[in-house]
Amino acid sequence: MEEKDIYILAIESSCDETAAAVVKNGREVLSNVISSQIDLHTLYGGVVPEIASRKHIEKINQVIESALEEANMTLDKIDAIGVTYGPGLVGALLVGVAEAKAIAFASNKPLVGVHHIEGHVSANFIEHLDLKPPFMCLIVSGGHTHLVVVKDYGEFEIVGRTRDDAAGEAFDKVARAIGLGYPGGPKIDKASKEGNPNAIAFPKAKVDGSPFDFSFSGVKSAVLNYLNHGQMTGEEVNFNDVAASFQHAVVDVLVEKAVLAAKEYGCHQLALAGGVACNTTLREKMKEACEKHHISLYYPSPIYCTDNAAMIGCAAYYEYKKGVRHGWDLNAVPNLKLGER
Amino acid sequence: MRVLGIESSSLVASIAIWTDDSITAEYTFNFKKTHSQTLLPMLDEIIKMTEIPLDSIDAIAVSAGPGSFTGLRIGSATAKGLGLALKKPLIHIPTIEAMAYQCFSSSYILCPIMDARRNQVYTGIYQYNGEQFSTLMDQSAMDIAELMRVVNEFECEVMFLGDGVPVYKEMIEQLSNKPCHFAPSFMNRQRAGAVAALGAKYYKEGKIETATQHQPDYLRKSQAERELEEKTKEKETK
Repeated sequence: MEEKDIYILAIESSCDETAAAVVKNGREVLSNVISSQIDLHTLYGGVVPEIASRKHIEKINQVIESALEEANMTLDKIDAIGVTYGPGLVGALLVGVAEAKAIAFASNKPLVGVHHIEGHVSANFIEHLDLKPPFMCLIVSGGHTHLVVVKDYGEFEIVGRTRDDAAGEAFDKVARAIGLGYPGGPKIDKASKEGNPNAIAFPKAKVDGSPFDFSFSGVKSAVLNYLNHGQMTGEEVNFNDVAASFQHAVVDVLVEKAVLAAKEYGCHQLALAGGVACNTTLREKMKEACEKHHISLYYPSPIYCTDNAAMIGCAAYYEYKKGVRHGWDLNAVPNLKLGER
Repeated sequence: MRVLGIESSSLVASIAIWTDDSITAEYTFNFKKTHSQTLLPMLDEIIKMTEIPLDSIDAIAVSAGPGSFTGLRIGSATAKGLGLALKKPLIHIPTIEAMAYQCFSSSYILCPIMDARRNQVYTGIYQYNGEQFSTLMDQSAMDIAELMRVVNEFECEVMFLGDGVPVYKEMIEQLSNKPCHFAPSFMNRQRAGAVAALGAKYYKEGKIETATQHQPDYLRKSQAERELEEKTKEKETK
């Protein structure tokens, strides 16, 4: 007998995107609605938590209704409600969590809380039906830089992490310093295309004794020092070269460590996850390195790299299958650790 | 007719079900615990105890502010989620008005105050004329001294209530030009029963909105917005 199809309505509001999606059997996205607030936060040079929370409450019902409509679904056909409950901005998370709980309660559906980063990892399942655990995953976003072995659905072993700034955070800070503004990742990526990645030799940080750990505060400081030096001596600074050289330094380290970790842990598959996985140079360099080492590389389309609810629906599906259910007292956990329940 | 009342604008978390001119159930906490963890379990408990089918509720009345920004959003998102799933309208209840509404038939002018820090209060001025309830000053955020200047203009004596009372009681007594009254324990905080009862009145007057339309009324911009506005003003005057 064929198994019954499972439909998940997923809600995501951990940072500055209000998102909802309907996902069938964990891998088929029936709708993926995202209301982005980027333009609003650009005014302030970064995400303002209170403004983000206000925008979430303003948009959330509209986004959920659109997700149901685009999927041609009604709530009664949904099997479970999935929601991001951490990590993220507490006020922003609370909107999605309270909304999801109320919907699940009133429609008598199970509630499945999802870890935001597990969502990012799961984004890879959406377009790569052949990808199954175990595999190595490099998670790179504004808040995270992790190397994890995905042992099974929802089961992670962290083998490396950043000791200071997340990769995306370093992109944001450098982008601000060279006047590119927010959000830094895409802007540096674009500027780099006009610059020479070998113009300036920024340091590639190694963490002593931890071959898979990262450190990005050194390269960030080196960029800031370089800019200061230029300002003091009046030497002309080519911002495109700075962007390209900085990106080169960061990407090199990410590629080297990810490939090394995949080999060390015997993984023949490597996946990228998180907002920085959109970075075109990271994708190119990682592809080259993986081809050389006979590792299959996976990464999501840009729309599934940045925050979205389809990835939350995907992660929620595998949790749901395992029997994970959350109670009506589910709270937002802003610093939820990976693999923690 | 049946109205669900939700109140989470301050330390108080409260849920009530109002059915045809009486309160069927009310569950109120005035205790430090995250509303996110308490509000829905309280509703769950009420539904389990009363066995009221959720879809027999005609509308959801929510205390829509002012108050704690996060608290308001928890109540608001809860109401919006319930409204979406049950396909029922929401009733936007001004928090301060619902606080005054519970002091039925009082001969004093009613002045709820919520502490908004830095000598600021969220307040409003209301009056019962027998059974007739009216608003003398719409809810707003203002300095406590400024509020006392407004209150002193009234001839009628005033009763204060709300979590601003323990904070500003001395100042109120000092600045008042007539004897002051303070509401007793059973009517001096937010209650979902009052929110639901006022909600029923609003509902009959046709004052409803969709769950999608509803959003809290903070009465205050975020700090970042205020700072940006000040900066822009400074630039303009330069």
